[in-house]
Amino acid sequence: MVDITPADGIPPAEVAEVELYHPHSWWTKYVFSQDAKVIAIQYSATATGIGLVALVLSWLMRLQLGFPGTFDFITPEAYYQFITMHGMIMVIYLLTALFLGGFGNYLIPLMVGARDMVFPYVNMLSYWIYLLAVLVLVSSFFAPGGPTGAGWTLYPPQAIMSGTPGGQDWGIILMLSSLILFIIGFTMGGLNYVVTVLQGRTRGMTMMRLPLTVWGIFTATVMALLAFPALFVACVMMLLDRALGTSFFMPAISEMGEQLQHNGGSPILFQHLFWFFGHPEVYIVALPAFGIVSDLISTHARKNIFGYRMMVWAIVGIGALSFVVWAHHMYVSGMDPYFGFFFATTTLIIAVPTAIKVYNWVLTLWRGDIHLTIPMLFALAFIVTFVNGGLTGLFLGNVVVDVPLSDTMFVVAHFHMVMGVAPILVVFGAIYHWYPKVTGRMLNETLGRFHFWVTFLGAYLIFFPMHYLGLMGVPRRYAELTDMTIMTESAHHLNSFISIMAFIVGFAQMVFLFNLIWSIRHGREAGGNPWRATTLEWQTPQTPPAHGNFGKDLPIVYRWAYDYSVPGAKEDFIPQNMPGSFGPSREQA
Amino acid sequence: MSVILVFLLVIAGFAGWWLSHQRLTNKPWLEQGLAGDLVGLDRSALPTAKIGLGVFLTVVGCLFSLFTSAYFMRMGLSDWRPLPLPRLLWLNTGVLVLSSIALQCAVVAARNGQIDMVRLGLATAGLTALAFLIGQLMAWRQMTEDGYLLSSNPANSFFYLITGMHGLHILGGLVGLGRTTVGAWNGARPERLRLGVELCAMYWHFLLFVWLAIFALLAGWAATFIDICRQLLT
Repeated sequence: MVDITPADGIPPAEVAEVELYHPHSWWTKYVFSQDAKVIAIQYSATATGIGLVALVLSWLMRLQLGFPGTFDFITPEAYYQFITMHGMIMVIYLLTALFLGGFGNYLIPLMVGARDMVFPYVNMLSYWIYLLAVLVLVSSFFAPGGPTGAGWTLYPPQAIMSGTPGGQDWGIILMLSSLILFIIGFTMGGLNYVVTVLQGRTRGMTMMRLPLTVWGIFTATVMALLAFPALFVACVMMLLDRALGTSFFMPAISEMGEQLQHNGGSPILFQHLFWFFGHPEVYIVALPAFGIVSDLISTHARKNIFGYRMMVWAIVGIGALSFVVWAHHMYVSGMDPYFGFFFATTTLIIAVPTAIKVYNWVLTLWRGDIHLTIPMLFALAFIVTFVNGGLTGLFLGNVVVDVPLSDTMFVVAHFHMVMGVAPILVVFGAIYHWYPKVTGRMLNETLGRFHFWVTFLGAYLIFFPMHYLGLMGVPRRYAELTDMTIMTESAHHLNSFISIMAFIVGFAQMVFLFNLIWSIRHGREAGGNPWRATTLEWQTPQTPPAHGNFGKDLPIVYRWAYDYSVPGAKEDFIPQNMPGSFGPSREQA
Repeated sequence: MSVILVFLLVIAGFAGWWLSHQRLTNKPWLEQGLAGDLVGLDRSALPTAKIGLGVFLTVVGCLFSLFTSAYFMRMGLSDWRPLPLPRLLWLNTGVLVLSSIALQCAVVAARNGQIDMVRLGLATAGLTALAFLIGQLMAWRQMTEDGYLLSSNPANSFFYLITGMHGLHILGGLVGLGRTTVGAWNGARPERLRLGVELCAMYWHFLLFVWLAIFALLAGWAATFIDICRQLLT
């Protein structure tokens, strides 16, 4: 153990004060606030609100799939609209916004020891543009022709043709405009998250002392800044195709016997652009989850994270690799097999750093003092789910396996496990973990355990059977499955069962929302550091943290974020801002 | 997609260089306390606003690289008919170069504390940038009058799309330049003014570079250049 504090004492924290914005009225304090914590709550509330819409849409889809023909209002067109909006909302407007806009805003300044984001005004604009994007998206439900039903990938040419709901109406235009707005808003926020990590860190907080949560969000934001422009380009070009009759993506095509004015465009070009964004997007959602889960496991197992350096390298490595795997979403687009071989190879390579992370989580748990708190339960559930979803990803990463499975429910099951359920479990775990810091009160334990078990087991009962349906050959994207020979009676029963489970799991989320609201007033008082955690956000003088986060002086950081159960220390955790030297950490000397 | 991959490779190289200075091989669990040499790792000495602008320009660079990638992919299809660029674009290029030079003069003047020269430089840069935008609009007009409409050929579509995107970025830059110029007349603090002018100059030089690149692209020289490279490699 090396104490590297200079012998002549510690110089004062000479970190230049961020020019703090001081609100003068109720409006600037709670509505047009430039405080990252308020913006974080605004982001989270908006994302949750629009996420509820997507949840209801999934129920409607399951009604149709589980009980086909029973509900007259779910026409095939409506089904496609539900599927499209559900996918787009969940991936972009819920998960991306919640992880980066919500957790990023709340946790980055607190965890790196800053008073606020470095560009608070731009940060505020970021939220309001996000809200505008959400409103434009919602407005498409009320537009003539309804929202677009092009599928969340919005593939041309069908996305802008009259056979697709919203294709020749307002639906697709509103969708594309909303995405363009979202990207502009996100870029503003993303600049803040990146530059705050680079420049806002307090004294002593080197990059290698950052909690892994910050590493995850930081890397994901860098990736998002580089990947979202691809979606932007695709959206702008498709908007021109739809509105002004250009032919970027639209080939010569006839509709209802009539030749359209488009000529010679390339739908494959759109797929390249879309997936150049789309694959990094998976990791934009996954990396913050990886980071958060590392912190949850370490804190609730009272043990330092195993292989911190390796975890950091793995995060950076996954981030870099995820830019060269996009075409594995396009094996069935008729591409050159050699091209497919290259992308299959990179896809399988990315499993290596991911597996390193899983091993490190398991080794962190090994002989730890595991407290089965609700955040820990969610973290454990995440590891299991992520491994399950990741393994089917290895199947689908191979061209020969992907081609027959590509259009089946197997793919739906795969990406819901790995990109839907797994990150959402982390979101829940993180909310149970940080809610006491945000509100000063604990969430109700009984309701929380009910929520966990129903969500965890329920999600498995929904998505596990889907793998079998997919292997049977049940296609995805079909509104009606009744007249197919592969749909045996047992497959129909399985589909009904999945639908019923979907309602039960959805109901559990209502219990969770009730808990969130009820506990603001009636929860148990939490105190400043209920989990006895080391990171800086738990060391603030007030809970919830006041404007400016740390009172008069910024904290000085003397150690890494994972000093749990250090031999010789008085308590089983040493906060990052506590000076002094203690014996070597266990295991890793 | 090769253009964007090359761009990302450059970014990755820079990120790798930066990461290699963050002591990623240290064992943070063995190091406690604060050392003088750790302070240097805390943050960059550059002003935060400059780093912020640098990150933003990376995103803008990414955007234009993607447009270029899409351009090359679409170009390979059979219906592509290259279009003759209006000569006016040469004049516009000259005007934009002037704008950048004026801002560079303003930077030098701001460092030397010559407020009059700063004002002159900022005003010249703003006016020439406006002239550039008007020139671009006139070029558009000329094109449509000659029958090169937006939707008649993908080469035309890309011309309007990419020049339009670039123009929008100049327009956004003019907002920032306008604020700095107002500050220069209303007696902003010298160090603040200097930072503002430097940020504007950084943005302007970058957009000039982007313009030169897309001019070469639209005129077809970029494609010729890539062909030559390809022949050299094979």
